[in-house]
Amino acid sequence: MANLNTGDTAWLLVCCSLVLLMTPGLAFFYGGMVRRKNILSTLTLSYVFMALIGVQWLLFGYSLSFGKDIGGIIGGLNYLGFMNVGAAPNPEYSSSIPHQLFATYQMMFAVITPALITGAFVERIRFKSFLLFGIVWATLVYDPLCHWVWGAGGWLREMGVLDFAGGTVVHVAAGCSALAFAMVIGPRKGFGHIPLEPHNIPYTVLGAGLLWVGWFGFNGGSALAANGVAVNALLATNTSGAAAGLVWMLLSWLDGRPSTLGLVTGMVVGLAAVTPASGFVSPMAALVIGAVAAPISYYTIRFREQRGLDESLDVFACHGMASTWGMIATGLFASTAINPGGANGLFHGNPSQLGVQILATVVTMIFSFGVTYVVAKALNMSIGLKVGLHEEEVGLDISGHGERAYS
Amino acid sequence: MLKKIEAIIREDKLNDVKDALNAIGIRGMNVFEIRGQGRQGGITLAGRSGTYQVDMLPKMQMNIILSEDNVDETIETILAAGRTGAAGDGLIFVYPVDEVVRIRTGERGHEAVMYPGDIDEKKGRGKAKVS
Repeated sequence: MANLNTGDTAWLLVCCSLVLLMTPGLAFFYGGMVRRKNILSTLTLSYVFMALIGVQWLLFGYSLSFGKDIGGIIGGLNYLGFMNVGAAPNPEYSSSIPHQLFATYQMMFAVITPALITGAFVERIRFKSFLLFGIVWATLVYDPLCHWVWGAGGWLREMGVLDFAGGTVVHVAAGCSALAFAMVIGPRKGFGHIPLEPHNIPYTVLGAGLLWVGWFGFNGGSALAANGVAVNALLATNTSGAAAGLVWMLLSWLDGRPSTLGLVTGMVVGLAAVTPASGFVSPMAALVIGAVAAPISYYTIRFREQRGLDESLDVFACHGMASTWGMIATGLFASTAINPGGANGLFHGNPSQLGVQILATVVTMIFSFGVTYVVAKALNMSIGLKVGLHEEEVGLDISGHGERAYS
Repeated sequence: MLKKIEAIIREDKLNDVKDALNAIGIRGMNVFEIRGQGRQGGITLAGRSGTYQVDMLPKMQMNIILSEDNVDETIETILAAGRTGAAGDGLIFVYPVDEVVRIRTGERGHEAVMYPGDIDEKKGRGKAKVS
């Protein structure tokens, strides 16, 4: 193909693998934090999306997200089954890589986003309800939102929102959906009285490492090219993760001793926060983004605990709030000197960008929370979201999957 | 008369207690990991944000079947080796035992808990049959 840039194509091919690996990384990040009797269930909640979205995205997910625009709200059916999504580039999204590669790369984002939500309802979710929720959420929340922010003709994209790699589409959406779901499903037995301790912190630590490495593909690949913006995004990602890790470790230390779990959680928070900003802001700005994200998420966890909500693995605090700050920070720090394809933020003389950022974030929050709440409620009233008490006590591995993780 | 000693000790004192018991000639024992609570009052651990309290802490339970004559010396040895002075050192329980049978040989009673070089041999109270 005369138009293909082999460097860009090679990089994005690798990024497909990097981002895909983040889902197993997330699975273990979450898995280590649940009790022994629920490890398989927790891993499965993430892994299943590799299968579910692997099919849904091909059949119609990609089309709804990136297909021919209808009213700025949703894509059409012109890419159903990836028809017309082939080796030739699609200039609406990228002129230098195959269209099919762009679509496949995007699939990996569509896989991990619903997997993020699962942290809200571990250790008590009914598997059948979860599967139904997964398909419905992907189609009714992710695909439209993706279209609004990234799809050609999407209304938020048309307004000039800057979301480099998924601050709204991935992290704010997952975080607010997690909040809504947790409110509907209710707490685990014993929440608030007995310590529901992580059974394998090393899994969580390893998962965090895989996530960090994968994030270079998540943010770096969102440049859709092997160029300076990709490097900037990669470095900004690294810097924010590092800064947030340090600050969280400090906060943890002030509360007693610096926990390893805290250190890696801080890192993930920094990585999530910089996601929308990574291709638009300088590394020094990324330092600030990570450093500020840490206390925001740290104290949001405390707040949630005090309010007695069992949003079990703090998706809202660590992803929702982190990327909310990240979207705002993009409106502050974005610079066309870093990325001529972006825009300037408040600190570079363009205050109106901040308004667009806040609008897009608020829209995402309301939409994802609202639709998730309604779907969760409907499922809860029909087939029920939570397993029975005895099933929960025995553990979802045995009651839901008929398996023991460790014999 | 045979007795059973259940000694609940700190996990990290297992080797000290075992070595001290072996030194006085108490060889037969089994150990398993348990959790328990008592006057120690649990501990405070660091979570991902802030701290949390854990009441049930891991300990080791050591089971020893022995002759009544040797109980006092055994208890003194466990106390000396297992004590740190801080709350959470543990407890010792003593029970009567109706019968002991060695599976390999079919020996019953006191013979079944005799080992070469054990405490009874040291005290001149008989020698274990080696078969």
